[in-house]
Parts: sequence; C-alpha cells; structure tokens
Amino acid sequence: MLKIDNLHATVGDTEILRGLSLEVNAGEIHAIMGPNGAGKSTLAYVLGGRPGYEVIAGTVSFMGQDLLAMEPHERAAAGLFLGFQYPVEIPGVSNVQFLREAANAQRKGRGEEPLSGGEFLKLAKEKAALLKLDMEMLKRNVNVGFSGGEKKRAEMVQMGILDPRLAVLDETDSGLDIDALKTVGEGINAIMRSPDKGVLLITHYQRLLDYVKPDYVHVLSKGRIVKTGNAELALDLEREGYDEVIAA
Amino acid sequence: MSQAALLPTRRDEAWRYSDTDALGTLAPGRLDAWRNIDVGAGEQLVETLVLDGSDPVALDRLRVTIGEGGHFALFALVIGGDLGRLEVEVSLAEGAHFELGGVTLGGGETTREIVTKVDHGQPGATSNQVVRSVHWGKSAGNFLGQIEVARHAQKTDAGQSFKGLLLERGASVNSVPQLEIFADDVKCAHGAAIGQLDEQAGFYMAARGLPPETARRLMVQAFIGDAFVAMVDDEAREAMTERALEQLEARL
Ligand SMILES: Nc1ncnc2c1ncn2[C@@H]1O[C@H](COP(=O)(O)OP(=O)(O)OP(=O)(O)O)[C@@H](O)[C@H]1O
Ligand SMILES: [Mg+2]
Repeated sequence: MLKIDNLHATVGDTEILRGLSLEVNAGEIHAIMGPNGAGKSTLAYVLGGRPGYEVIAGTVSFMGQDLLAMEPHERAAAGLFLGFQYPVEIPGVSNVQFLREAANAQRKGRGEEPLSGGEFLKLAKEKAALLKLDMEMLKRNVNVGFSGGEKKRAEMVQMGILDPRLAVLDETDSGLDIDALKTVGEGINAIMRSPDKGVLLITHYQRLLDYVKPDYVHVLSKGRIVKTGNAELALDLEREGYDEVIAA
Repeated sequence: MSQAALLPTRRDEAWRYSDTDALGTLAPGRLDAWRNIDVGAGEQLVETLVLDGSDPVALDRLRVTIGEGGHFALFALVIGGDLGRLEVEVSLAEGAHFELGGVTLGGGETTREIVTKVDHGQPGATSNQVVRSVHWGKSAGNFLGQIEVARHAQKTDAGQSFKGLLLERGASVNSVPQLEIFADDVKCAHGAAIGQLDEQAGFYMAARGLPPETARRLMVQAFIGDAFVAMVDDEAREAMTERALEQLEARL
C-alpha cells in the first residue's frame, strides 16, 4: 500500500530525512517511535506534501501511484489521511462546513456523487458518537477554542468521516487524558482496522499501543529507521530508553 | 467651466488613494448626487447595498441622519467599477447608533473603497464600522474613516475595525482612520491589520482533500464574515456572502 524507498528530504537547508525506507502493507499497523527531533513529523508532512518540505532523493509509492507527484489534496482524495500533531485552527469556518466540503471534494476527485446535507450529518453524528465528541463541537469553528484533547478527538472524527485507506497519525495520543486515550484507541481500531487499510502510528508512548496493537514497531532516529521489531520492541523502549535499544 | 476643473484629485484627503482618473467618465453633476436617508427618532432601518457592474465608476454617496435613539445599519459590497466607491456621511442624534459592515473585493487594476464620515455631535451615540478588503492582481482596497466627536458629545462610543487580505503580491490595502475628538468621556477603538492567506490553514485544508480554490473560498468567506456578523437576517447575510464569493471566483 505504502512503499517508501531511500527517502531524503530537507526543510530549509537542513537534511532531516536521510535515507528512510519503510513498507506498509494493507491490513498492517505500524508504530513509529523515536526521540524528539528525529524527523517523525517531517516524515508525516513529506507524505502529506506540505510546502517547504523538499524531497531531494528517494521514492514513495502509494497504492501503486507515485505519491510525490501528487498535490496535497490529490493525496487525500487517493486515500491518505494525515492526523496532525498540532491540529490547525480555522476561525470563521465550521467543522460541519469544512468536513462536508472536504468529503465531497474527495468524492468528486474519485468520481463519486456528493453527499447531501442530510447524509453528511448522519455520518458526522455517527463518527462523533464513536469518538464521544459532542455534536455541538462540530458546529463550532474548526479547532478554535478546542482543548488539546478535544482537537485530537476531532481529528479522529474527521478521519472517521473521510474514511481513508492509509492513516498517518502524528502523536494523536499526546494531550489525551486516560479515558480519551482509550476512546481514541478504540476509534482508530473501529475506523482503520481492516484488511484493506493501513496505519502509520507516530507515538512516544506505549500506552496507545495497548489499545492499538501494532504489527511492527520502528525506531526512527536521525532521519532513518534504525530498528524494526514487533510490539515487544515498544516495551523494551519504554523500559530502557532509546539510547540503550538503538545501541543494542 | 469644464467639469475636469471641479473633479477631486488625490490631494483631497478623502480621495487620497482613489483612482481619480476614472472620474472623467462620469456624467456632469454625477458627483454632486447624494442620496439622503433619514432615520427618525427611535426608528430602526437596515439597508444592504451592492456596488457592482462594469461601468468605469460604481459610485454611491449617502447622507444619513439618525434621530434620537434611532438605529441604522448599512451592509455593503463594493465590487464593481475600475473605481468602486461608497461614501457615507452620518450624523447621529443623542443615543443613536450607526452600524456599518463593508466589504471591498477586487483584482486587476481596480480601486474599491469605502469612505465614511461619522459625526458624533450629540452625547451617548454609538457607531461601529467593520470593513474587510480582499484584493488580488494590482487592485487596491481602501477604507477612509473619519470620526468627529463634538465637545459635549460625552459617552460617545465609536469603533472601527479594518482588515485587509492580500491574495497576491501587487495588491494593496490602505486604511486611514481620522479621529477628531473634542469630548473627554469617549471610547474610540480603532484596529487595522493586513495579512495573507494562512499557509498552515491552507495545508491543513489540502490535507483533508480541499483543492486550493475551495480552500481559498472558505478562507475568504470566513474573513469577510466579520463584516456581516451584525446582520440579523440570515438569508440576507448568506446572499451577500454568496455574491461576494461569486465575484471572487469570477475573477480568480
Ligand atoms: N521549518 C524548519 N526549519 C528548520 N528545521 C526544522 C524545521 N522544521 C523542523 N525542523 C527540524 O527538523 C528536525 C525534525 O523535526 P520533526 O518535527 O520532524 O521531529 P519529530 O521527530 O517529530 O520530534 P517530536 O518528537 O519532538 O515531535 C528537528 O531538528 C527540527 O528542529
Ligand atoms: Mg513531531
């Protein structure tokens, strides 16, 4: 589904990703862990096509297509979802309007009929309930005045509505209280655990992985994957820290 | 005497950023035509205006008097003409209120402007003016707002807020607040800001699948929304917003 090969990318003049390779097959959940500044968010942004993140070498194919040749909105329509470490506030635009426009833009990109207002609201209600987010929140402006945890849950509601093939979730667990972490973990499973979907879960903590069991755990350090293992690896990391595990 | 000799020039304060060359096409006497609006004591009046069209000049000049405790709200789109210009002179009686929500929008070489003169000649009157300007190409958007507060007009509360959104390099906006305050117990707030489309929000929207034109339309809609928040009639507000966005899409 996603194949990253020898990816090098710069931000400004600094090379942040330095030969990163990774493959996610349909039906798999991969966790990426790694120290602050390792390049995890950079990887997410490069996959999303954020301006200013320049790929200088390597390839990325997504569902058989050259991901790097696509515009950011085309990547979304092709089924890529980026969960932001810091979801962006958009004053003056309600979640409902934003998400309906987004869902329909994606459908249009895939040659599907748009959702009617009623159909959209039904879908939004269902996903808000799944994430235990009050529907009233979705009538408010996108992320404006949301608490850190509410923003992360709203991201997952967005994911539920947009129903992507591959979700790249950048620290969706940070800022969540204990109950919300469980809700979000179960939400991720409900939305993304499927034989034709994949997840790339960027996280610092083992706790989320208790709910969303990864098939693989990778350690990203200094712009490349330096170690890959199964769910056990996350436990080792939690116990011993990155330095120990990377050196081992 | 030829009309040219009588036309304003950019040396006139109220025409400082205007396109006075465009005025030459006006019929003689057109500039002297003012519309009068009188709002009686205790009355409420709401007026919506759209200055559009492809004539070289789209001009409207209003002289408004608002009686004691009267309330006048004006919502306007200035989106037409090489020069589009809305001029409003308001005189407020005691306890009267004037509300303005104005939007200028334009591209190419157009100039679109709102020029107001609010006379707080009596105590306890209030005014609130919100102007949003969205420009691209080499277009200019201007808001010249003059406020006069007479010596005995205590408890005056006059607010002005201007924001410009430049969609392309080369466009410009100008805001000239002019406050002449002779009373001492007065609240006059003025704010002005100029910005570009928020790149972070643009990428966030793209990451959710919105093409750049749709993202831009949503952001412009949100931006001009401030000018129409005081509109109580939802349908009228939506119609004004839609009209502005049509213009945006036609020109982009
Ligand atoms: N705009 C930028 N200009 C210069 N350097 C940048 C820029 N953005 C990120 N970096 C640098 O790139 C490196 C990787 O940052 P990134 O955000 O990808 O790290 P991360 O692994 O997500 O860290 P964290 O765990 O703290 O979220 C950091 O050293 C950071 O300072
Ligand atoms: Mg990060």
